[in-house]
Amino acid sequence: MAEPMKIRATLQGDVADVRILMLHPMETGQRKDAKGEIVPVHFIQSVVVTHNGKTVLDAQWSQAISRNPFLGLRVKGAKAGDKMSVTWTDNKGDKRTDEVAVAAAS
Amino acid sequence: MLKLRGGIAAIAFICLSGSGHAADPLAVGRQMLAEDNPGDLWVLRGEKLFYEKRGPKQASLEKCDLGLGPGKVEGAFAQLPRYFADTDKVQDLESRLLTCMIGLQGFKREDVIKTRFSDLDRDSDMEALVSFIGSRSNGLKMNVPLSHQKEKEMFKAGEYLFHRRNGPLDFSCATCHSEDGKRIRLQDLPNMSDPRQMQAVVATAWPAYRGTQSTVRTMQHRLYDCNWQMRLPDLGYVSDMSIALTSYLNYSGNGGVIQLPGVRR
Amino acid sequence: MDVLRRSFLKLTAGAGVLTAAAAAGLVKSGQTWAATWNKSGFESKAAADALKSLGASNLIDSKDIAITAPDIAENGAVVPVAVTSKIPNTQSISILAEKNPFPLAATFDLSGGSESYVSTRIKMGQTSNVRAVIRADGKFYTAVKEVKVTIGGCG
Repeated sequence: MAEPMKIRATLQGDVADVRILMLHPMETGQRKDAKGEIVPVHFIQSVVVTHNGKTVLDAQWSQAISRNPFLGLRVKGAKAGDKMSVTWTDNKGDKRTDEVAVAAAS
Repeated sequence: MLKLRGGIAAIAFICLSGSGHAADPLAVGRQMLAEDNPGDLWVLRGEKLFYEKRGPKQASLEKCDLGLGPGKVEGAFAQLPRYFADTDKVQDLESRLLTCMIGLQGFKREDVIKTRFSDLDRDSDMEALVSFIGSRSNGLKMNVPLSHQKEKEMFKAGEYLFHRRNGPLDFSCATCHSEDGKRIRLQDLPNMSDPRQMQAVVATAWPAYRGTQSTVRTMQHRLYDCNWQMRLPDLGYVSDMSIALTSYLNYSGNGGVIQLPGVRR
Repeated sequence: MDVLRRSFLKLTAGAGVLTAAAAAGLVKSGQTWAATWNKSGFESKAAADALKSLGASNLIDSKDIAITAPDIAENGAVVPVAVTSKIPNTQSISILAEKNPFPLAATFDLSGGSESYVSTRIKMGQTSNVRAVIRADGKFYTAVKEVKVTIGGCG
């Protein structure tokens, strides 16, 4: 199972500032490994973010997104304790879902 | 092409006047990366590795003494390198972790050293552990001791090595790192004889996530890389030379407020 | 490359959205949408072809799109790019790096719950315009920012 994401979701007024760090090689299919063999293309193609179960962002990515990718978004009408869930799916069909509760502004 | 070079030269001149400036065209990118640092993911993995039962002895690192007592992780980074009675030598964080991985967990020295630095196809546990332990000193000030005789000797050795010219380029560390406002292309070179710059540098790297390497790199890697840049022979992992330099440099950063892992190019 | 069937996205559809959506390859199924990964767009070698795949035929330059990105990127592998749109009813934000071998980097579909803002990091092969394309009410708006990509220094 893929490595966990790090998700921060902090309230600014009634907007949740959501920041997601993911671990993924985002291979372009152009790189050769130490043995001189091409590392096959392997990257996140889809990221879906939901707020209390309702989709708020649906992203399509190419292999031009950086390795160990980052996604930032802002969700309206949020309250402390609301559930933010993030799911990524890559071109091999691997998935990862992580979720956090929106934290009150510190 | 000429136009671009002129533009870069003009921009670089602005860079020399200090980073964090509104006029600094590198500042926006650096800040955006620092706010959300992939290195944080190494901290998470390092924490998992620290407390997990691993190795032939199926033990965690909870009994590892990093200088403040077994398992005490908070504040450990801030006081390394330091003298350890059980090994009767001055050790930096990585050599101390190596000691614990061998002694407590039963790993073979050569196996750990083989995977000390990650590449794009293989992780390094050490990079994750260093990230984790470094982060547990966040907010504290660097406070490397210089009281034990061997600590003083290591410091002096490091100071000597820092200033000693050698190798085919006849460089010392000081060649690049002893004046203000120096850079290589767009890379600012901290003046390591300036305590203020050292406080900023030591406390925020290393460990740091390096964008060009897609991983967290540690102090041992930085020194190894500098050696490589100077066309010197490979710096031995956790060798006396590396620990001497780390002693000298980390002590020079005493007082700096720690915020790790950092993020670098 | 496998065509990826994505999760369903509930949208309140206006006529403008339908036209643009059909052009962009979205499939309507009742009140919900299932979008397929924009293979032709992501595999386009020319920015113009990628834009066509998004259905963006008439691009309107807009000052209501802000691109936050470094003037100079220290490292072309990790270039932070954030896009903020002040255009009402922004439905989607796409990011292109025009001189990349495959210029289209990402498309973000926003529902009503998201502010018109996304931030990510892209790979850039060389100094290039970074282009943001906004789809709002069936129309397409755009802005560019040049990002210089350098060779770095010590290591």
